[in-house]
Amino acid sequence: MSRWLTDPILAVEHLSMRFGGLVAVNDVSFCVGRGDITALIGPNGAGKTTVFNCITGFYKPTQGRLAFAREGRADAAEVRALTNTGKRHARLPSGDIYLLERMPDHEIAAKARVARTFQNIRLFGGMTALENLVVAQHNALMRASGWSLLGLIGAPSWRRAEASAIEKARAWLARIGLEERADDPAAALPYGDQRRLEIARAMCSEPALLCLDEPAAGLNPRESAQLGDLLRLIRDEHATSILIIEHDMSVVMKISDHVVVLDYGALISDGTPDFVRNDPHVIAAYLGVSDAAEAEQVVAEISGEARP
Amino acid sequence: MAPAAAPSRLQQALRDAAFAGLVTAALSFPMLAIRVESDMNNRLVLEERWPLMFAAIAFIASARFLASMLDDWRARAGAVAGVWSMLLGAGLAWFTTGAQAALAPWFLGGGALLLAAALLLFRASPQEAEPASGAAPAAASAGRFVTLAGFVALGVVVAYPLVLLGWLGPQGSLKWINNYGVQILIYVMLGWGLNIVVGLAGLLDLGYVAFYAVGAYAYALLATTFGLSFWICLPLAGILAAFWGILLGFPVLRLRGDYLALVTLAFGEIITIVLTNWVELTNGESGISSIPRVTFFGIPFTAAPDGFAATFGIAFSPIHRTIFLFYLILVLALITNVVTIRLRRLPIGRAWEALREDEIACRSLGVNTTNTKLTAFALGAMFGGLAGAFFAVRQGFINPNSFTFMESATILAIVVLGGMGSQLGVALAAVVMIGGTEILRELDFLKAVFGADFDPSQYRMLIFGFAMVAMMVWKPRGLISTREPSIFLKERRAVAGALVKEGRG
Ligand SMILES: Nc1ncnc2c1ncn2[C@@H]1O[C@H](COP(=O)(O)OP(=O)(O)OP(=O)(O)O)[C@@H](O)[C@H]1O
Ligand SMILES: [Mg+2]
Repeated sequence: MSRWLTDPILAVEHLSMRFGGLVAVNDVSFCVGRGDITALIGPNGAGKTTVFNCITGFYKPTQGRLAFAREGRADAAEVRALTNTGKRHARLPSGDIYLLERMPDHEIAAKARVARTFQNIRLFGGMTALENLVVAQHNALMRASGWSLLGLIGAPSWRRAEASAIEKARAWLARIGLEERADDPAAALPYGDQRRLEIARAMCSEPALLCLDEPAAGLNPRESAQLGDLLRLIRDEHATSILIIEHDMSVVMKISDHVVVLDYGALISDGTPDFVRNDPHVIAAYLGVSDAAEAEQVVAEISGEARP
Repeated sequence: MAPAAAPSRLQQALRDAAFAGLVTAALSFPMLAIRVESDMNNRLVLEERWPLMFAAIAFIASARFLASMLDDWRARAGAVAGVWSMLLGAGLAWFTTGAQAALAPWFLGGGALLLAAALLLFRASPQEAEPASGAAPAAASAGRFVTLAGFVALGVVVAYPLVLLGWLGPQGSLKWINNYGVQILIYVMLGWGLNIVVGLAGLLDLGYVAFYAVGAYAYALLATTFGLSFWICLPLAGILAAFWGILLGFPVLRLRGDYLALVTLAFGEIITIVLTNWVELTNGESGISSIPRVTFFGIPFTAAPDGFAATFGIAFSPIHRTIFLFYLILVLALITNVVTIRLRRLPIGRAWEALREDEIACRSLGVNTTNTKLTAFALGAMFGGLAGAFFAVRQGFINPNSFTFMESATILAIVVLGGMGSQLGVALAAVVMIGGTEILRELDFLKAVFGADFDPSQYRMLIFGFAMVAMMVWKPRGLISTREPSIFLKERRAVAGALVKEGRG
C-alpha cells in the first residue's frame, strides 16, 4: 500500500478557500507521505499556490483541516479529539501533531516546521547569501543569544552557537555550489543560483516538510537537472518530506513518488506518476476538454494520428 | 565621435547659451527691466532697471553655456558656482561702494579658484562607470575607510571641547561647545535612535519626537515632583519611553507603509496636544521650569563651597557644566551607537534588516515579525527617551513647543540624508544639518550684502529643501549608501546601495 496512505506527514481534508465569490480551492483532500516527494500539479490558476498558502498559514482556509503529524503516524481518533478541544497542538506517544489551519504563518514555520519557497523568489536581496542562510536559523539563534542579552555581552555559548550556524550555512552553500559567492548580495546572483539559494535557506530552518512553489520555473535544462539532484539529496539525507508544485512534467515524473492533480480548484487525480500520467481526467484537464469521455476520444485520435 | 557635419561642442554650447539668454531677456524685460511704481504724489512712474535684466541674462546664459560644455555634474556645479561668484563680485565692484565693494575681491578671487578647481579636477575624469555586479567595486576598501574615519572622528570629538577651551578660553569657547557640540550630539543620538526603526527595520516613523518628549517630561516631572536625581531618572525616562513605544507599537505595527507613517505622525501630534492641554500635569504652554540641573555625580556645578569648582580647587566657571554635558551626551550617543552596532550582528538585528528586505519571507522562516518590529520600535523609543531626559536637564526648562513635528522631520531628514542604516552617515548628516543651522546665525557679513534686516537663519528651511532635492537627484541613497554585511565567510564586501531595500513598513 502507498506510503501516503499508511504514514502521511500531512493530511489535507476537505480544504476550501474562497475569495469573495471565487472558489479557488474546492473541497480538496489528499495526503503527503512521510519521506516522499509529492508533486502538486495542474493548469494555471488551478489553485496550487493557494493550497500552499493555506498549508503555510499565509491564508486562513475557509474550511477544512490540515493535520500535520511531524514525527509519526497520528491515530484518526486522536486527531479528532484534538480537533474537538479547539487547541492547535497535541503531544502524542507517536509524536507531535499540529492543526495548521489554526496557526499563524510564523508559528507554522517555527513550531510545526513547515518551510516554503515562493513562486516569485523572495530572497533578502540586499543581504549576502551567507546572511540569508543565517537569518533562516533565527529562532535557534535567538535562543542561543539569550534573546540578545548573552549576545550583547559576547558570551562564549553564544559565540559557539553563531560559529556552528555559520558552518551550517557554509555547508549548504557548498552543497548548492555557491560557497565562492557567500559574501555577494543575494540580488546579484544569477536567477538559477537564487532559486537554489532560496531552497537552501528554507532547509536551514530544519523543516520536516518543505514546500517548493515552481522551483524549476525559468531554469535551463542543466539547472533543472541540478535541481532534481538537490531535491533527491534532500529527501535521501535529511528527514524532510517534500511537497512540490511543478509545471515541467519531465521533472515531475522523474523525481516524484506521488502526484496530486488539481483543476479549477478541485482534485481530479491522486496516485503514482504512472497512474496519473494515464488518467483520462488529467489528460482532459491539460488538453482543455471538459469530460473524460471526450478526452479519451481526443487521446485516441492523437495516438491514431501518431501511429502511421 | 560626432559626425563631421554636426556643429562642434563649442558652437553648440554658444548656441544654447544665446538661446537661453534670449529667453531670459524676453521674460525679464517685463518682469525686471521696467517697473511701474506710484511716487509720493500717488502718480504712476516708470522705473527702468536695465542692470538687473542684464545681470539675469548673464547669469542664465553663463550657466547654460557651462552646462553644455561640461559632462560631469561636479564640474558643472563647480564651474557654474565659480562663474556666478565672479559675476557677483564684478557687480559689487561696479555698482557699490564701501563695505559692500570691499567684498568684491573675495567673490572674484573665490569664484576664479572654484572655476579653476572644477575644470582641473573633473573635466578630464571619465564618467563614473556603473558597477556591473552587486558588490560595489570601490566598496571593498570603503568599509575599512569608514571604520577608520569613525575612529578619527571620535578622537576629534573627544578632544574638541578641551582644545577649544585652551584656545578661546572659558568665555569664547562656551558658544562653540554648547551650540555646536552639545546641540549636534543630541541630534546625532536621536538620528542613531531613529536609524534603528527607519534605517534597519524599515519602518517609517514620522512621530519619533513623541518619545523624545516622553523622556524629557518624564525627567522633568519625576525630578520636580519627587525630587529624584538625574541619574535615577535617566534610566527611568528610557524605560518609560520604551514602554510608550510598545504601547503605540501594538496596534500600529499591523499597518504597513503609508498607513504606519500616518499613524505615527498622528501619535506625535497627539503627544504635543496632550502636553499642551493636560495643564494639571504638564503646566501646559508655560511648561515646566526650574528643572534640577545636572550634577557631577552628586556635586552641583555651582560657586558654593560644596560645588564642583570648590571641591576640585579650581576657579568657578559655567563652562564646567557645559563641558560635563558635552561628555555626558557624547557617552549616551556612543552607547546608542555601540548597542546598535552589536545588535546588528545578533539575530535580532539581522531579523530587522531581513524584515526591511522582505517581511513575507521572514514569516515563512518562522520570524515573529510583530515582536521583531516591536523590539526595534521600543529600542528606538528608549534612545529617544534618554536623549529627551538629557535635553530637559540641559535646558532646565521645557514646554510643548520643543516637541513639534518639525523636530520629527529634522531627525528623519538626518537619517535619510545620512544613508539609511549607516551609523557614520547619520552622524555626518547631523553635523551638516544642525551645524549648518547654527552657522547660518554666524554669517553676519551677508547683512552687508543683503541689508541690515536680513537674517540668514530664516532661510534655514529653504536651504534644507534645496539640500534634500539635490540629494535626491545625486545621491538618492544618502551620504553613505552602501551596506556592511553583518557576517562574512571570506571577506567583508560592502553591498551596493541600489540592491538594499528601504522597507515599506
Ligand atoms: N489573494 C487572492 N485574492 C483573490 N483571488 C486569488 C487570491 N489568490 C489567488 N486567487 C485566485 O485563485 C485562483 C487560483 O490561484 P493560484 O495562484 O492558486 O493558482 P496556481 O495554480 O498557483 O496557478 P499558477 O500555475 O499560475 O501559479 C486564481 O483564479 C487566482 O486569481
Ligand atoms: Mg502558483
